[in-house]
Amino acid sequence: MKTEIRFSGLGGQGIITAAVILGRAAALYAGKHVVQTQSYGPEARGGASASAVIISDEPIYYPKVTNPDIYAIMSEEAYKKYGSSAPSDALMLIDPGFVSSRPSCKYYEVPATASAKEKLGKTVFANVVMLGGILEATKVVSYEALEKAVLDSVPKGTEEANKKALEIGREIIRSQQK
Amino acid sequence: MTDKTEFYNGNTACAEGAIAAGCRFFAGYPITPSTEIAERMALRMPKINGNFIQMEDELASMAAIIGASWAGARSMTATSGPGFSLMMENIGYAAMTETPCVVVNVQRGGPSTGQPTMAAQGDMLQARYGSHGDYSIIALAPSSVQEMFDLTVKAFNLADKFRTPVFLMADETIGHMREKVTLHENVEIIPRRELTEGELPCAPDENGICGFGTFGNGHNIHITGLTHNEKGYPATDSAELHERMVRRQVDKIEKHRAELTDVDIINPDAETVFVSYGAPTRTVRQLMADMPDKFGHMNMRIVWPFPDAELEKFKNVKTFIVPEMNLGQMAKELRQYTNVPIVTAAKLGGALHTTEELLKAVSAAETAKKPVTEVRL
Repeated sequence: MKTEIRFSGLGGQGIITAAVILGRAAALYAGKHVVQTQSYGPEARGGASASAVIISDEPIYYPKVTNPDIYAIMSEEAYKKYGSSAPSDALMLIDPGFVSSRPSCKYYEVPATASAKEKLGKTVFANVVMLGGILEATKVVSYEALEKAVLDSVPKGTEEANKKALEIGREIIRSQQK
Repeated sequence: MTDKTEFYNGNTACAEGAIAAGCRFFAGYPITPSTEIAERMALRMPKINGNFIQMEDELASMAAIIGASWAGARSMTATSGPGFSLMMENIGYAAMTETPCVVVNVQRGGPSTGQPTMAAQGDMLQARYGSHGDYSIIALAPSSVQEMFDLTVKAFNLADKFRTPVFLMADETIGHMREKVTLHENVEIIPRRELTEGELPCAPDENGICGFGTFGNGHNIHITGLTHNEKGYPATDSAELHERMVRRQVDKIEKHRAELTDVDIINPDAETVFVSYGAPTRTVRQLMADMPDKFGHMNMRIVWPFPDAELEKFKNVKTFIVPEMNLGQMAKELRQYTNVPIVTAAKLGGALHTTEELLKAVSAAETAKKPVTEVRL
């Protein structure tokens, strides 16, 4: 079993951090083989940002994502670059506050940025909301594994808010699955 | 003390490998894509009674690690192509003075400032021949985050054992990707041999290695980049002495090629054999997993000296394919040791070879007659 996940959006949205946290959860707390990579450019906040995680039961040789099974997309530009070519059997989570296009594959709308701002007061939690959504939509790792990885990756004092962010993301998916 | 498992990028794993190996002096000038090594060392060194110093440039960084080595420290610097070029003068000084030290080069696209954020392997010949004069060198090439840790440890041991600068020739792909890595607490340490009383500082033992007269241990020694006699004093007008000294310094590495061989060989009976190192090894392994028993593979963890003796193990080989993120630098070296046709699969620009591209090279290999054929990917 091998799953490839592509995160994309704008620099500053925590696109790379989200991939690192998910990779950490699968590698350290779920016993999987994991490689995390990022398209690494000179741009910083506001530029295009993309990162990827491969999670597998078998050793991973080729480290780059080739055909993502799961997409998390947080900007229209990123949708055009990565999402528009997604195969019909892919699964996509999009932040509708930033992405106006919709794919032909199965997708969920996860208003990660708006709900982070509304319920936690800061958009900085948007990537963890998205991670909660990925967890609920795909079960690619267990909740326990992801929570541990979130908690040891975030700054001290923000643990509770981040746990809430995970739960907000899960609830957004649950409400669309009903 | 127990081993820890972490999810680190290659650069962080390299820094942790250095610390595990006992490195307590890092001098450097941050440069993409090696910067995380300096960042990690800046964070960790003050907590373990080590020294981190950000120098004014790479010339000074190299000089600082040479000085620290003579004061007894295991010392390291990390850079990328532009900095590596600036280090070349003092790398020659380190070779001439037989100073153990480790230089990490996380390669990016060159020449010049090139592509700061993109992977490349364009500095492989510079690593071997970049400084002036005749000398030999040891260079390693990691292809995983775990190897960034393990080969950094190995680099320090080889540097001390052979009294030479050792290069860790990584690349942006391996430096920046994250994988699970076991941080071994108790790694094997092979210390340099201290100069004994009455022993001349530049008189070799039976392995061609001199005792190391650590500064501060009362040895009264003289270190110079000029041609020197066995006492270490400049003696620049004797042809015989110069030739003996240079040959001895080269031979201490070249005559230990067997010991300095670190390769993985798979399917040695195959007719089509990949020879690779660093990031492209990952693509070769993927292809071998997708199409088992079809191809042979030699992955080189030590690239300099070149493991030429291992080539004899490929008894049925009809073509060697060398995928590199340069225009065929190690393929040139391979050519020196084989008459078997070589196909170079050169890829520039930063993206890793795909398995499809390797298959293109395989197709070219079927008709390759010339000594060296380049397949355009």
